[in-house]
Amino acid sequence: MSIFEYNGSALVAMVGKNCFAIASDRRLGVQLQTIATDFQRISKIHDRLFLGLSGLATDAQTLYQRLVFRHKLYQLREERDMKPETFANLVSAILYEKRFGPYFCQPVIAGLGDEDKPFICTMDSIGAKELAKDFVVAGTASESLYGACESMFKQDMEPEDLFETVSQALLSSVDRDCLSGWGGHVYVVTPTEVKERILKGRMD
Amino acid sequence: MECVFGLVGNDFAVVAADTSAVHSILVHKSNEDKIMILDSHKLIAASGESGDRVQFTEYIQKNVALYQFRNGIPLTTAAAANFTRGELATALRKNPYFVNILLAGYDKETGPSLYYIDYIATLHKVDKGAFGYGSYFSLAMMDRHYHSGMTVEEAIDLVDKCIVEIRSRLVVAPPNFVIKIVDKDGAKEYAWRESVKDAAVASA
Repeated sequence: MSIFEYNGSALVAMVGKNCFAIASDRRLGVQLQTIATDFQRISKIHDRLFLGLSGLATDAQTLYQRLVFRHKLYQLREERDMKPETFANLVSAILYEKRFGPYFCQPVIAGLGDEDKPFICTMDSIGAKELAKDFVVAGTASESLYGACESMFKQDMEPEDLFETVSQALLSSVDRDCLSGWGGHVYVVTPTEVKERILKGRMD
Repeated sequence: MECVFGLVGNDFAVVAADTSAVHSILVHKSNEDKIMILDSHKLIAASGESGDRVQFTEYIQKNVALYQFRNGIPLTTAAAANFTRGELATALRKNPYFVNILLAGYDKETGPSLYYIDYIATLHKVDKGAFGYGSYFSLAMMDRHYHSGMTVEEAIDLVDKCIVEIRSRLVVAPPNFVIKIVDKDGAKEYAWRESVKDAAVASA
């Protein structure tokens, strides 16, 4: 089994009309055994920027701590929050630093940039960025997620529609992957509010 | 074949560990205490390579004591767990410790808690956790019988159910177990469950 599949994960981020959604599964496993069903994969960097980390959980935790540290330093120096594009560059640089001994993680970054324009991107474990205008996926269920998102995605969805679409795409994909699932965590972010919702899917 | 498991009750946390020290096919001793009292209100149940287990847990114990000497107040359970994870994560890509840890503690403000810390430094706060081959049996028993807010009697009964299951279903089942408990009055040894006693040493 690959080291990326040791803990199991599923992440997806989607763009809507002046909003974005980022969603993850909730399973923490050790290969075939499930350890916990309430694991948080998505963390808030600031009110308009969220980071999801799929892959090896220990590296996801280490990477998250390093990134929060760097963002807090940035906030002290610049007296403002980081833009999503800037943060994506930071994550990419930090991952490439470990080019020959990488963090076994695939990040998904989602944020609201200037003029509330939603920004999403993903990258591989050594920092190769993939910017997308519609959706990005990561994790053990990524292949199913690509298919589900491609068929369910529509341009300029309102937050409520976006929530429904992301939830259905996530749940239908993790149901075909034994290493991810046990519910879902969905964040829908608009310029005025952040809505966090927990999904109950097939609990297996 | 080392078995370590634990759970959180209404105002206490209990951990149980087997007590065999094994090298290949030889059982060195069957009364090895693998649950260290970290400080007055914390227990660390460790399983894994014996040298690493003793060295690493003693290192954590001394650093936790140092913090208390320097700062005049003890670490919270969450802080101790995060410190332990940090040490494991730093050593991971240099000189890893092969120790799995269940850290149980009681804090006045937040009550009892149990932290699952993998040997690759995956940290997660859990209500019930287990390591080793015994985890297949103890986690299943706990999934069936555990509910939040258990009393000490109910929890010990569940621990005993798990021990019975391990003894009857695990091929090289450890014969003896130690149970330790931590509550508002502190961390202490609760009981031993012995089915094989070491032979008494003949007097000179």
